[in-house]
Amino acid sequence: MDFGFGFSPSSAADLDKIDLSLYHRMEKVAPDIRTCMGCGSCSATCTGAPFSGMSLRKVILAIQRGKEREAREMLSGCMLCGKCTMVCPRGINTRNLIISLCRYWDSDKREYDFSREVEVKI
Amino acid sequence: MIDRIASGFHPFVLPFMFGMVFVLGYCVYGIIKILCQLPAEDRRRFFISLVTPKTFVKNIWDIFANCLLHVKLWKRNKLLGYMHSSIAFGWFMIILLGHLEVIFFIPDRIHLFYYPIFFNFFVAENEATVGGAVMFFLMDFFLLVILSGIALAIIKRVRSRLFGMRRTTRPSFLDTIGLYSLWAIFPLRLLAESLTADISGGSFLTLSHNWLFRQILIDHTDLMLPTWWAYSIALGVFMTVLPFTRYMHIPAEMMLIPMRNAGLCIRNARRGFARVEVFSCPNCGVCIDACPMSVRKANIKDATVYLNRQIRRNNEKRIEEISDKCLLCGKCTVVCQVGVEGNVMRVAQRATRKYAINQDFACVDVAPMKEKVAGEGNVLYFAGCMTHLTPSIKKATLSVLDKAGVRYKLMDPDGGVCCGRPMLLAGRFDQATELFKRNVEIIKASGCDTLLLSCPICYKMFRDHYGKVLGGVSGAASGSGAGASGAAVPVLDGIRIVHHSEYFAELVAAGRLRPQMTPDTRYVFHDPCELGRGEGIYEQPREVIRSVGTLVEAAKNLQESICCGGSLGSLSLGFDKREPITRNSLANLCVENPDTIVTACPLCQSTFGRYSSVPVKDLSQVLDESLA
Repeated sequence: MDFGFGFSPSSAADLDKIDLSLYHRMEKVAPDIRTCMGCGSCSATCTGAPFSGMSLRKVILAIQRGKEREAREMLSGCMLCGKCTMVCPRGINTRNLIISLCRYWDSDKREYDFSREVEVKI
Repeated sequence: MIDRIASGFHPFVLPFMFGMVFVLGYCVYGIIKILCQLPAEDRRRFFISLVTPKTFVKNIWDIFANCLLHVKLWKRNKLLGYMHSSIAFGWFMIILLGHLEVIFFIPDRIHLFYYPIFFNFFVAENEATVGGAVMFFLMDFFLLVILSGIALAIIKRVRSRLFGMRRTTRPSFLDTIGLYSLWAIFPLRLLAESLTADISGGSFLTLSHNWLFRQILIDHTDLMLPTWWAYSIALGVFMTVLPFTRYMHIPAEMMLIPMRNAGLCIRNARRGFARVEVFSCPNCGVCIDACPMSVRKANIKDATVYLNRQIRRNNEKRIEEISDKCLLCGKCTVVCQVGVEGNVMRVAQRATRKYAINQDFACVDVAPMKEKVAGEGNVLYFAGCMTHLTPSIKKATLSVLDKAGVRYKLMDPDGGVCCGRPMLLAGRFDQATELFKRNVEIIKASGCDTLLLSCPICYKMFRDHYGKVLGGVSGAASGSGAGASGAAVPVLDGIRIVHHSEYFAELVAAGRLRPQMTPDTRYVFHDPCELGRGEGIYEQPREVIRSVGTLVEAAKNLQESICCGGSLGSLSLGFDKREPITRNSLANLCVENPDTIVTACPLCQSTFGRYSSVPVKDLSQVLDESLA
């Protein structure tokens, strides 16, 4: 029977209990994360948004709220097209921010694979 | 002719011999190492090309023209061309003539490595004989040629601006040692041969010096041996430090040319072909002045020459900084005399990185978009991300198409999938391929025969990479710069990929569009990096502009046009850092005081529009206005 409503776990974040280690680490590798004022221009122009719900504003918010899974899901929809960089009123290099987030999500260490053989043509 | 030293040996040859054996050994080791690093398929291709007569002849000619005569450098800058070819070709001739002398005069000594180099010490030949006179004259002549080159090199080191170079590379410590020993070699040779000339013969240069020395010195023979020692030591030092200095480009370029002629490309960021390119960099610093980022002094150390240096030093931190900052405009590759691909090299470095989050784009479902594009119209217009951000370009393009009576349909009316080029430039090839495959699905579903693009970024991506993803035959397989004006337009699986500048030029030429000519309006065209250097389209947009007004040119245009600074290629340059680049590019465009700056790239338009006092318009807008 459908009552038109249901029960779901609360999405409220308890700022005293959440784990903010990721946010603090990201502040170091991508200091721009603190510059964002959450205007949402990036979300409005995002090419990936219609497919994956990607929104850089929400990604930053989610990281600040300790919601790592949501942030990660959204990031995996970014196409790096760069429109968000061009519209950001705070002049954040959003592409660099996203690349840094994707790269240093698990650790600060720079990891390389020098053995990779692939034809590089640009 | 007399063999002056019966044993044919003197200890002063030892420093030279040590350097010679060391450098030869190092080169053999290097060649074997590089060949081992190449993928098996590339190695096979390389060996086959070495024995194919056509490429064999091409290799020899290219090595002769580029390594010795420096033909490319001559075309760019005559003074620099003379300086380099006088030293390279002169030295080559002295070595060659030295060997010929030994072969002609004392063939039984040819097995001795050092004989051709120190011929005048070991052999007393008389210039009275025809052979001696000719040989000694040639030797003196080429020595004079080299000395003139060395003199220019010394002047260049002090005042590079006289040679048209605003900035040159700062030599490293070992480079300096190599440089000074190279400068010392030839004056010392002149000194040594002059002091010996009354015993071993000489010609106009050495004999006259010998006469001079005899006038001013009581016993010039005292100085003879020390100068030969000094000459040998200078040679020895130069050759010993050579593998660790920029002079490694001399042997490396001789390897790079056959490899490039064999069709090899960079497959690994640090090994094989990339390694040869890095070692081939002569550190001339032409890329520093060419780089659009060099307008800021802080960016000078990010030019390709410094990337190559840091790769040789394995300085990961700096390699990462340099490769992330670059706009990938490709100008350093165009101006490079040895053909080091600075932009490709940087993308290769980016491709080595491991990411914690790897986009797979499984969520990107293109089925609804496929349904939308299926229908009438044989021209499919893909606006692309950047055009969506500058809707006036889209509007103008559609308006022009309407006026020409073209039946078209839109591929991304409500936003589409990115072409994948930003991902590609970030070195994330797998992600780029995924995006690309989705776009290809939509294009195929549309049943179109022409794909029209107003963004050169997408255009380059579709034109160069379409075939590879689908495994089809790519018309643009020859890569960048292939499609100069009038060249065949690539047709891929029956679908023609065309940029709006090409398409509009055709419509105007065919009389389907009749723009109103206003000769009073002066336009300047900015060649976008991806369209110009990337795809070799220079003439078509200019044709369109000529049909609507007067075309003036920028100070630097065509292949050497200066990037607008908005490029997606740079990962780390922020807005504030890009502003001086954009302003410099604008100043370059405005030398002829144009009324309007025209470009054919939405990204360039929006970047210029931010700072320009002159209106900046896309080609489609200019054309559309003239059609009213």
